[in-house]
Parts: sequence; C-alpha cells; structure tokens
Amino acid sequence: MTTRAFQKIYTKIDNITKATVTLKAQGVGNDELATVGGKLAQVVKIMGENVTLQVFAGTEGLATDSEVIFHGEPPKLRVSDNLAGRFFNAYGEPLEGGEIVEGEEREIGGPTVNPFKRIQPSELIATGIAGIDLNNTIVTGQKIPFFADPDQPYNAVMANVALRAKADKIILGGMGLTNDDFLYFKSVFENAGALDRIVSFVNTTENPPVERLLVPDMALTAAEYFAVDKGEKVLVLLTDMTLYADALAIVSNRMDQIPSKDSMPGSLYSDLAKIYEKAVQLPNGGSITIIAVTTLSGGDITHAVPDNTGYITEGQLFLRNDSDTGKVIVDPFRSLSRLKQLVIGKKTREDHPQVMNACVRLYADAANAKTKLENGFDLSDYDERTLKFAHDYSEKLLAIDVNIDITEMLDTAWRLFAKYFSKEEVGIKEELVKKYWKEA
Amino acid sequence: MKTTGSVNGIISNIVIVKADGAVAQNEICYVHTGNTKMMAEVIKVIGDAAYVQVFDSTRGLKIGDKVEFEGHMLEVTLAPGLLSRNYDGLQNDLEKMEGLFIARGSVTDPIDFDAEWEFTPLAKAGDKVSAASWLGEVREQWVMHKIMVPFTMTDTYTVKSVAAAGKYKVTDTIAVVTDAEGREHAITMVQRWPVKQAIRCYTEKPRPSRVMETGVRAIDTFNPMAEGGTGFIPGPFGAGKTVLQHAISKQADADVIIMVACGERANEVVEIFKEFPELVDPRTGHKLMERTIIICNTSNMPVAAREASVYTGMTIGEYYRSMGLKVLVMADSTSRWAQALREMSNRLEELPGQDAFPMDLSAIISNFYSRAGLVRLTNGQTGSVTFLGTVSPAGGNLKEPVTESTKKAARCFYALSQGRADSKRYPAIDPLESYSKYLEYPEIRTYLDEHIEKDWVDQVYAGKTIVQRGKEANDQINILGDDGVPVEYHERFWKSELIDFVILQQDAFDAIDANCPIERQKMMYEMVLGICRKSFGFSDFEECSQFFKGLINLFRQMNYSEWKSAKFEDYRKQIEAYVDAKTK
Repeated sequence: MTTRAFQKIYTKIDNITKATVTLKAQGVGNDELATVGGKLAQVVKIMGENVTLQVFAGTEGLATDSEVIFHGEPPKLRVSDNLAGRFFNAYGEPLEGGEIVEGEEREIGGPTVNPFKRIQPSELIATGIAGIDLNNTIVTGQKIPFFADPDQPYNAVMANVALRAKADKIILGGMGLTNDDFLYFKSVFENAGALDRIVSFVNTTENPPVERLLVPDMALTAAEYFAVDKGEKVLVLLTDMTLYADALAIVSNRMDQIPSKDSMPGSLYSDLAKIYEKAVQLPNGGSITIIAVTTLSGGDITHAVPDNTGYITEGQLFLRNDSDTGKVIVDPFRSLSRLKQLVIGKKTREDHPQVMNACVRLYADAANAKTKLENGFDLSDYDERTLKFAHDYSEKLLAIDVNIDITEMLDTAWRLFAKYFSKEEVGIKEELVKKYWKEA
Repeated sequence: MKTTGSVNGIISNIVIVKADGAVAQNEICYVHTGNTKMMAEVIKVIGDAAYVQVFDSTRGLKIGDKVEFEGHMLEVTLAPGLLSRNYDGLQNDLEKMEGLFIARGSVTDPIDFDAEWEFTPLAKAGDKVSAASWLGEVREQWVMHKIMVPFTMTDTYTVKSVAAAGKYKVTDTIAVVTDAEGREHAITMVQRWPVKQAIRCYTEKPRPSRVMETGVRAIDTFNPMAEGGTGFIPGPFGAGKTVLQHAISKQADADVIIMVACGERANEVVEIFKEFPELVDPRTGHKLMERTIIICNTSNMPVAAREASVYTGMTIGEYYRSMGLKVLVMADSTSRWAQALREMSNRLEELPGQDAFPMDLSAIISNFYSRAGLVRLTNGQTGSVTFLGTVSPAGGNLKEPVTESTKKAARCFYALSQGRADSKRYPAIDPLESYSKYLEYPEIRTYLDEHIEKDWVDQVYAGKTIVQRGKEANDQINILGDDGVPVEYHERFWKSELIDFVILQQDAFDAIDANCPIERQKMMYEMVLGICRKSFGFSDFEECSQFFKGLINLFRQMNYSEWKSAKFEDYRKQIEAYVDAKTK
C-alpha cells in the first residue's frame, strides 16, 4: 500500500486492545482502510473525533506513537482475467512474489443482487458421489456447506467435487487453512491440470486470525467478476467458515460488544448471510455456487455457527464414518439439498425423487432394526433384510469414494430393492415400479 | 422548518446525529453521503443526539455529513396497483430498479402514478362518512379495490361530491368531503399510513368464526386455522417450514396474500417470483400472482429494513381488510425479524434480556400478532387478516425467547419436528405437540358442524387420541420388544401409523396430493377413522404389520390419484375389499 501526497499522518494513538486501536482523527469514512504502524487496519466505529480501527494482523508491537495513515477508501481488489491461476493472501497480494495483477479496482463486500433480477437455479452439478447426486443433488447458484468434524476428509471431498463439477473457474477462499491442507489443494489442482482455472485467497494458520475476515469478500469479488462480467460458471470453496466466525467473535469481543449465543456476535446471522447470499444464478448464464465447510465440535449442530449457517444455506452435507462398511459416507438423514427439487425427476430420470425417498425410508427402518438389535430383541425377517440393504446401500451408493453417473445410481438402487424387498415394501408409485423394477 | 442535523458517530448501521431542532421517536430522516441519500429511522434520542438506524450500508459515511429529518414516521403508500408487485422492506418496487445490483439509496415508486383506473362511485353527495368509508371502487386484477376516506381523517364528514364513473389516475380527486366546521377536503385514491401503527378504522373485532382452508390435511383436518386467526410454525432448519408456507400460500382460501420474505434466502424468493405468475388458483381460475404481494428483504439486504418489512406487509394487509376482503399475511421468518431487533439493541448497548434479545421482545411480538383479526367494518361488512409466521428456533430448541413469546401471542401452533423430518414424514407437523385453540371455540365448532359434518370436532379429537395411544403403544414396544407386548399394542400402533401416513403426511411436490380440498379430506379421514374403529384380532404382530403396510400402500396410491377418478374409485374398492377380507 503506497501513501499519497498530502495525506495526513497521525502519530498519537489513545487506546490499544489486542485487535483494535482508537485515535482522534478527522474526515474519516466508515469502513475505510488505514495503515497503523505498517499494518493494515479498517475503521469499525467512529464517535465524534474518536476513530476505532480493527488491525487485521493484531496489535502486537504497536506503540501509542505509531504512524496512522488513512487510505480514504474501503478494501479493494484488482480484477481481470489475469487473476486465474494465481494465489493471493487475504489482502489480495500475490503469494510467493509474482507480479501484481493489473485491472480495475473493485470494492470488496459490494451491494446485493436485486432478488427480482435473479434466475431460478436449474442446472445440475454432477459430482459422481451418490450421497450428493442421488440424495442431495446440488445445482449452480446454490450455497451449501459440509458439516463435518475436524477429523473428517472434508477438504479432500471438496477438492474432488470442485474438479468434477465442470466449473469455468474455481475460487478457493482458505481461512485458517493449515499449510499442509493448502499445499494439498494446490497439488490436487496442479495434478488435475486445473491450475489455470483456480484463483486462491488464502489465510493459513500461520497468519493472524483477524485477516481471515477479508478472505470471503475477496474470493466473492473475484467470483462476481468472472460470473457477472464474463458470464462464467464459478465455484467458490470456502473452508473453514467456523474459523471465520471465530475471527468475528474476537473482534466483537475486543470492541466490548455484548455477546449473544455461544459468545458469537449478535450480528452473526447477517454477517454469514452477506457471504452466502452472493451465491447466484444470473440471467447472463453466469453463476456463483458456494461450497463451504463448517467444522463442528463433536457433531453438535446446535452451536451458533452451524445453526445460523443451516438457516442461511440451501441445505448441508454431513459426513459420517459408517462403522458397518468402514467408509466415510454422506449421511442420508442429516444431509439436505434444498434446491434438489428443481432438478430431480426433471433434469434427471423421472423415478429419481421416489427412489431417493424409498432408499432413505428403508435405511431408516434399518436404523430402527439396529436399535432393536442393540437392545437385545429378536429381529423380524423384514428387519434382517433392511440391515443387509443398509450395508449395500452404504457401500455402493453413500460412500464418498463412489464415482458413477446418476442413471447408474438409480439402477443400482432398483437392483438393491429387488434383491431385498417386495414391490409393496418399497412403496413407490405403481407406474414407476412397473417400468424400472429390476428382477433380481 | 424541517429539522436538520449532522453525523456525529457511526457504529455499523447505527448513526448518531446531532440535531438542530425537535426530533420524534421513530421519525424518518435521510442521511446524505456523496450524491446519495439513505433512509434512516430514529430509534433513540439523548439530548440533542438522535440515534438513527440506517436502512442501508454506511460505508464511507463521515462525521459532519448532512442529515434531514422528515417530520413523519415510516409510511407506506396505499392505493390501487399494489397487487402482484414485488417490494423490498421499504416498499420500493424491486422490478423497477435498474441494474443487476441494488445500488445504495435506490428508491422506486411503489405504484404506477400514471396508470388510469376505471372508477365506479359507491357514495353519493350528502352521505355521512368517516375514515375507511367506501367512496367508490376500481377493479384491481380481480379484486374490487375500494377507494376509502383516508385513515388519517378522524372526524365525521359529509360527502359534497363524488366523481362520476370513468377513468382516473390515482392522484386525481375522486371525492370532496366537508367536515363539521365546513372545511372541504379533496380525496384521491392514494393515502399514506405509518407502518408501526395498526389501522383501527372498524367498529369491532369479533372472535373468529370461520375456518380458513389451506388444502394441507395436517392443518385443515387436525388443527384448523381460523379466518382472521393467528398461527406460527416453529421448526429447526430442514424441517420444511418454507415448503409448508409456500403450499399454504398457493392453496389458501384468501382474496389477497401478502408474503413477507424476512431475512430469508433469495433463491426461495426467486422460486415465488417464477412460480406464482405461472400457477393458477383453482378456486378462481386466475393466476396466483394476481392476488399476491411479495415483500422481500433477503438475508443479505440491510438489517434495519428487515425489521420494517413485517410491518410494511401487515399494514398493506390491514388496508385490504378495510375493503371487506380476506387477507392472509405470512412472514418467513419472524425469528429473523427478532434477530434484527437484537442486532439493533446490541448496537445501542441496551442491557440484554434472555439470549441477548431485547427485554421487550415479548411485548413487540404480541403487539404485532394482535394486528391480525376478523373485523366488522363501519358498513357492517367483515374483513380479515389471518397471520401465519414461521419461527426458526436456534438449534431447533423450542425453549428460546422468540418461540416462547410467539406461543403466548399466536393461537395455532404447528410444531415441525426434527424426528419427522429425518424420517421424511412431511409435512413434519408434529401431531401431538401442535394445537389449534380454534377447535375449542364454540363459533368454530358450529361452523364445522355446518360446513363439514355434525360433531366433526369430536371426530378430530378421536383421531388425535388414536395417534396419542399409538405413540404410547410404540414406546412400550420399544421398551419391551415386539414379543413382549400383547398384539393389541401393535394394532394400536399401526392404527396411528395409518392416520400418520394417510392423513398427516402429504406430498407437497406431487401435483395431485399437494392440495387436498376439504371434501376430499373429510372422505379420507372418515375412511381411515372407520378402519381404526374396527378391531381385527390379529394372531401375531407380523400379521398385523403386514396388513397395515399393505393398507397404507393402497391408501398412498389413492392419495396420488385424481379425486373421484376411476383410479381413485378403484383403490377405494380395493381398500374396502382388503379390510373386509380381514374382518369377516
């Protein structure tokens, strides 16, 4: 960040907390950037002549006489086609050296798309994973997070999904990503020969946490450039949004705001919504699809972060270790894609909705049978069959290592129905049973 | 002279303004920044400092920026031409906005001021009139839109003249009235009203006495909604709140529907934008959009405007109610509204109540719900606003302040349960937790006696008892095992499953099953209840569950068949034969 002529330099800071500084200054705009002792900061509160700044890199080492220079503008990103294939830090500066991207400067965290100008999402994103395509089909313009415990391979699944999704651009927003995971993403994209389609904004665990607050807005400003200006299909990967929320909580705490549920700021819902609602299907054919990760603590979805997220996003994908098959599966009970109704049975084969529901219902019966078994009761013949079905269903369809197309998934399901059940037990419309039943 | 002021503090969207004159609580002001001006509302005054919440982003705002106070509260424009529009929370027409993005400070007219309306007078010279008296009417879509004496005119007036039938613009004078002192007042088709005040131009608010049909069996049959009643739908995310609300909005027996999308997902609103212009209201043959107004403040739109959006919707609802119409106002979700209140209260550094919500949350919610209701107009006719809100309780826990406060205010409670949603039993309305207080109203009992069947309410309670007993039996089975309980327990359980699968569950995505008219509901319910009243004497539990599974499958096929079609009749006969074979 270069300073310009006639910029006033302030050298007296009144208050310093771990994340903020307060000083007396005039003519400062809300949300404006500043440099405090060489560190980037943003105006978060103005009271008369007292201006409070949030220092992204933390206030360690700042002195009451550190230089404060106001930039007169909010955070911006230079956008152009040259973003593709590049890796940036949270401020949009190139990592590992490299030239600064030339292009038009755009304010990050810009205005909302008029809901009336949006288009209803209707283009399916095929991932090859049946736990997603069959049970929780996702579409362009959707926003959906993985809810996963920290030990689950969510980043690997997300990288797979991104590569199979046939997006024009993949934008990775990494928040509190470990360096190992960052290198993993990089090598996966490199090996797939997809580097020229990737733009990354990364804050690793080695960087200060408050910097993360800029990452989603940076990633989405780049996404809007490709989707709105270029009409491209853009997939944005945000990992991990829980760490983003933690950074919000840190700042709000330092500003003495009254915490609401789980020590999160009262505005958490609006803060998260501003990011996720950037997902959009545009009339020009461009789209922004957001796939995010929200890590849970011990699978607890009532915590403020997953809970608020669930109300904002269009569903969630749960990963779970299945003890019967020893595989990681996409949990059919707790996962949901709210936009699947727009494509299943319409863009996919007509039997899709009913097959999907029948599978889940039978899988639920198997879960009941399992409870019975655990409580020491005898199983009926039907119970036994549901358990066998559940095993095959987990292995052949729910497991995340499955990679087949949707028609093949449906046929597999019909084969499993015929293998273990009678037509009546499956409870599907007669016309469909007549047409698709596969005699074992 | 208007009061002006200058910005003296900024905390997110709360701006502290040093005012140079009188300022009223809830007064509207405009905050200038660069070339744009943003609307804001006064929410607190301390000395000459007015705390205003800005309905827009305060990015770039500076100390010393100019502020102009308007001298009135947040108002909406009421006139012909509101139907089928898509507004933001402050009644800007979203369709008229230019560009893909909503620019800061965007303002568009809520109605088309150039449009001409075919006016027919209803009043004549010499008539005594007061606020909300009908002077004439125009046809708006297929609603007869009454032109009324403005609600702000609180005296009694004598009509001096009414315009002759013909085409007029909304701003043309269509009547002149004189007050007691002989002053003349010209009346046009447009009036304005502050959204946070209820429109009280009616003679009385009687108890609801009619049922509002929704086509959803779990509501109409089990927990009916009253016309002019209030209800709410709490449920964890993924439990199907929005799908249920959309189903009701498509099928409800109402003249005007106002949908307030309050802090929810934009893609869901797009679904309404896209579907409603295509869908046809089966009762009238008109497009659904023609009777619908959408107020849309999606979750990423400014939080202060979110708070306003529910009031905007309710005020427009009250306006159409004054025309003697049946209005249904729905808000999805009122929790987002409450959260907006919380964010505001938090920024004002008020001492927090439970879960950091403001202390007066309960009072604000009950005050809002009380604006719904059936009213008797000054001309003896009735109009109604039925209100249905959703609540999104944090973590699905119903013991949180918004749910608890709403429970005190609303008369119908449609609890969506996570368990039902997980096992895909949709709509996930819990049959035991949910209730409709209206079933206890003698007026409603009489109505149901006349419109469905004598002693219908008793039948409803009989069904509820079967479900209750089924659940108890199931608990026993789970504790003692299939063999550990008498076969009757299994029969009891399966009878409750029969009611669950055939009556309570309904496929909102199936063209036929989605909407079940009350006639069909009555028939299905009586068939099911008839079977539940038989005793079968099964020899073992396997036989019992086999029998009911087969029966449920037949009933489901019947639910998917067109009402009274040959296929429908065929399944009915199959069911009768199936049951007879077991009972003979």
